[in-house]
Order: sequence, then C-alpha cells, then structure tokens
Amino acid sequence: MRYVIIGNSAAAIGCVEGIRHHDPDSPITIVADEPHHTYSRPLISYLLGGLVDENRMGYRPPDFYEKNRVETLLGVQVTEIDPQGRSISLAGGGELSYDRLLISTGGKPFVPPIPGANLPGVFTFVTWEEARQIGHFIEDRQAKSALVIGAGLIGLKTIEALLARGMKVTVVELADRVLSRIFDPTASRMADIILRREGVDVRTANTVTEIIGRGGHLDHAVLRDGERIDCDLVIFAIGVRPNTGLVPADSGIRVERGIRVDEHMRTTAPDVYAAGDCVEAYDRLTDEYHQIAIWPLAYRQGYIAGCNMAGYDREYEGGFPMNSISVCDVPTISVGIIDPPDDGDRYEIMDDYDRESLTYKKLVLRGHRLVGAMFINDIDRAGIYTGLIREQVDISQFKEHLLSGSFGLISLPKDYRKHLVMGSGIEV
Amino acid sequence: MKRIYVNEEYCIGCRLCEIHCAVQHSQSKKIIKAFKEEAPRAMARILVEEEGPLSFAMQCRHCEEAPCIEACIVGAMYRDEDTGAVLCDEDRCVGCWMCVMVCPFGAIQRNVAGSKAASKCDLCYGEEIPACVAHCPNEALTFVEVGSMAGEGR
Repeated sequence: MRYVIIGNSAAAIGCVEGIRHHDPDSPITIVADEPHHTYSRPLISYLLGGLVDENRMGYRPPDFYEKNRVETLLGVQVTEIDPQGRSISLAGGGELSYDRLLISTGGKPFVPPIPGANLPGVFTFVTWEEARQIGHFIEDRQAKSALVIGAGLIGLKTIEALLARGMKVTVVELADRVLSRIFDPTASRMADIILRREGVDVRTANTVTEIIGRGGHLDHAVLRDGERIDCDLVIFAIGVRPNTGLVPADSGIRVERGIRVDEHMRTTAPDVYAAGDCVEAYDRLTDEYHQIAIWPLAYRQGYIAGCNMAGYDREYEGGFPMNSISVCDVPTISVGIIDPPDDGDRYEIMDDYDRESLTYKKLVLRGHRLVGAMFINDIDRAGIYTGLIREQVDISQFKEHLLSGSFGLISLPKDYRKHLVMGSGIEV
Repeated sequence: MKRIYVNEEYCIGCRLCEIHCAVQHSQSKKIIKAFKEEAPRAMARILVEEEGPLSFAMQCRHCEEAPCIEACIVGAMYRDEDTGAVLCDEDRCVGCWMCVMVCPFGAIQRNVAGSKAASKCDLCYGEEIPACVAHCPNEALTFVEVGSMAGEGR
C-alpha cells in the first residue's frame, strides 16, 4: 500500500495520523508547494503582528515526519492528477504513483478583478511566505496606513496584526456589517464598536473599485461611493475558495464549488479522497454539502479519510461552522446557525445582552434542539453547548437553565451525562 | 492506563479536590503559600458543580479521540505517548480558545490571570495518584485502570 497526500496542513496531518493509527508501516508521501515543515496557518497573523516568532510556527514537532515515517516533497508543485493511471505529475518532471491519494490542497484566496489589484503593495494573506512579504514591505517602505478589504475572519485577524504593528487601519466590507458570515447583527454591532474603539476606520456596505499607485508606491484606493482612502498597503481578505485547480475536468472527480466527498471522505474517483478547505462535505445542521473552511473540520476530515484509506471503515459524522476568535482581545465564540432565516416559528432565540460589559450570549433552537450558540466576552464552558449541538440533544427538560450563569453538566439529564462520559470509557 | 472516575452519588461537594488541585499546580505546592502568597494564584483544573443535593467534580476526560487536540491550531494540545493523557503545552498555546469551544465537558479553562494559556487536568503528571483523588474524603473520585469498572462502555 502506497499513500500519497497532496498538501501539508491540518487535513494532511490529520490524514497521516489517521493512517498511522491503523497502518504503521506502509509508505506515505506528502507533496506540498509550500517549502515549510507543517505549520500553523492561523498563526500567520500572530507572526505578522509580532506576537510569535518564526520558531513558534510549527504545527507538529520537528521529528513528526521521521516518527511517522513520512517522506516529504516540499516546495514541489503537483501539476496533474491522473486517477485512471493512479499517479500524480510533479513540476519539473517526475511522477508519483499511489494506491490511495488524498487531495488536501486547501483554499485559494479570492481576489476580485479590480484595476490596480496587481500593484506592488497589494497582497493576499494566507501563507507564511505572504506574512513575511507583508512584514518586509511594511519595514522597507515604512508603511503607516493599511487598507484591508473584507471584514470577515481573515480580515479581522489581519486587522489585529496590523494594529499590533502600530498601523492605521481602514477596513472595507461589502456586507452591511462586519463578520456577517459568522456573527448575528447584534454581535456584529459589538465587534464594530470594539474595532472603532481601537481606532479602526470601518466602512461597511462599500467596496473598493480601484487601487491607484504613484511612483512605485501605493497612493490611495477609490471606494464605490467615490471616496478616496490613502494607504501604503492593501490586503485582500475576502476569504478562500476551494482550491480545486489540480482536478482535471475529465478526471471523474466531481467538483461543485469544492470537491464533493461522501461520508468516507471519498471523491467520485476510486481510491481518491479529499479533505479540508478544498472540499464540500456534509453539514449536519443544514443537511447540505458545502465548504466550511475551518481548522478543526479540516483535521477531522483528514483523520477520517486516513482511517478509510488504511482500510478501516470510519464515517464522517458531518460538521458545522464554529469559530473562536478574539476581536481586539475580546474573546468570542460562534457555533452553528446563529443568524437563522426568518422562517415562521421554526427557530427560537434565547439571548442575553449586556451593553455595559459588552457581554452577549445567544442560543438558537430548532424545535427541542440547539442549533446555534454565540458568545462574546463570557465564553467559558461554551463547549458544553457545542456538544449539545453536535449530539442534537433534546433540551426540553432543561431549557430554562440554558442561559443561567450556573448552567453546566449538572443541568443536563443524568442519562445524557452518563452517555457523555461513557463515550470516553468513563463512568459518572 | 489509569483514569479518574467520577461518582456523583458519593460526592459531598466539599471542594477539597479543587483546593488540592490548585496546590498541586502551584509553584510551591504548599497549601498556605499557594493560597496566601502566590500571585496569580494557581487555578484548579477540576470543577465541582453543585445544585441542591446533587454535586460532582469533573475534570478532563482524556477522550480517546479528543476534540481539543483536533481543534488546536498550533498543536499545543497533544496526547502523551506513555500515559495516554491529553496534555497542553502551555508554552505553545496562543490562547485562541478553540479547545474551550469544542470540549463537551467544559473541562478546559482559560488561565487569563496567569499563563494566558489553556488550563486543564494533566492527571498530575509524574504523581502516582492525582491530587484530587488522593484528597477526596469519600471516594467520589477514584483512579483506576480503564476497563475495570462495571457497566463500562468499552
């Protein structure tokens, strides 16, 4: 058995660990275009902000590949996947044959076709190398002001890094509020307040139509409403799309917005699996297939793929969105469906908002099940709610305790408590 | 492999487990010093929940497939090869609180005053018996070999 993994991030590492759980010996090869040892991609904003140094970027210990007997081809581009021939082609010639293949090529940053988007000083921000380039650019050019396009997750982390470097930051967001995909309107308003408090110039319901340079430097950006924003640096942080460029149209691998995978993380081609930001996988809350580009699911999908690739039958139970991010040091957690569609009385909201302390708790119920939870500032023990969402526990017996300050495992029915701890082989 | 078992029928809510856990994870490991002199005061990694006559103490369950390890963006959360315990390398932790978000037991805390890292049960690494078990007066917490309990799931 010969395993080949394209990619070297969360899904790839999950896959290695899944394979090695069942198959200690067969050769595994990781091929990745980035030259680095597996690293923590979310840390690039910490790196740019100077909060961690390059020595802290590793996602696994330096001896990870050796210990797991993984051969690596790093800094090597894959040019083609050939499921019929069970091989992949490498840039500069050479082929690699496989018995089981994992595609974990991640996401590709989206850059809209705006005039000036290819000027020096305009960046995307998803790799370690880009963090370095942006850092060098800021130092070399003595850049003082930055324009961030997109106020989603990546945008927020970018803003934090730039603030940590003492820059003046403007953010432009197409939606009418920040973090619109992972926050509800109330939480977005709170994030907006926090950002402005930190001196960020927030422009929502707006977009950049052109970026203008002068004499080899960036000069300003033009917004849809005609306004000019002076800036030394522009970062596109609109989000990532599944990186499916390697998959040929006639390969038999079904690609919608991402690579479609079944409950075993198999693609539609034999012995080809896929995991992470490049796939659209099952969402257990919406009962749909789509991309949920988050780290924990990438790892989970990779792990499940690895188990199946090694011949051990494991089903992916489906995921749902969840994010834990700080908004300028204010901790927030958002899980599942937190801004449900206005759908008659299908959803019920329970919430608790304190303006003074900027604390917010919101739960979204569908029937007797919890399907969403959102926390700002007070995030302690949020995982208990995540567990109730994941397991779709009937909450009718303890619904009135859900928002109480003392809510905990003790509020849950004894049999569920037992089920919870029995699952890990422990008795209550 | 030994694990801490929780028996809510025997727990009297005395919270000695919390106290001795904090002491064990303090700098001095001395009870008076730990509570009177050390700042910030060490956190207990076990939590007693109480409601009316019911109480129990709960700490990390050291799950077989631990959501916190899967969710950790920096690889700080890992499984100790010898004991199977789920441990947090606090030097690597950057405090993103993904683990807080995914732990269904709510057993991971934020050490905001101290290390700024995730704080959780380490089974009193290196000790023969974890401090919470050793100081439980009513055997509501026991430290026993996995698989030896009656009625166990696996």
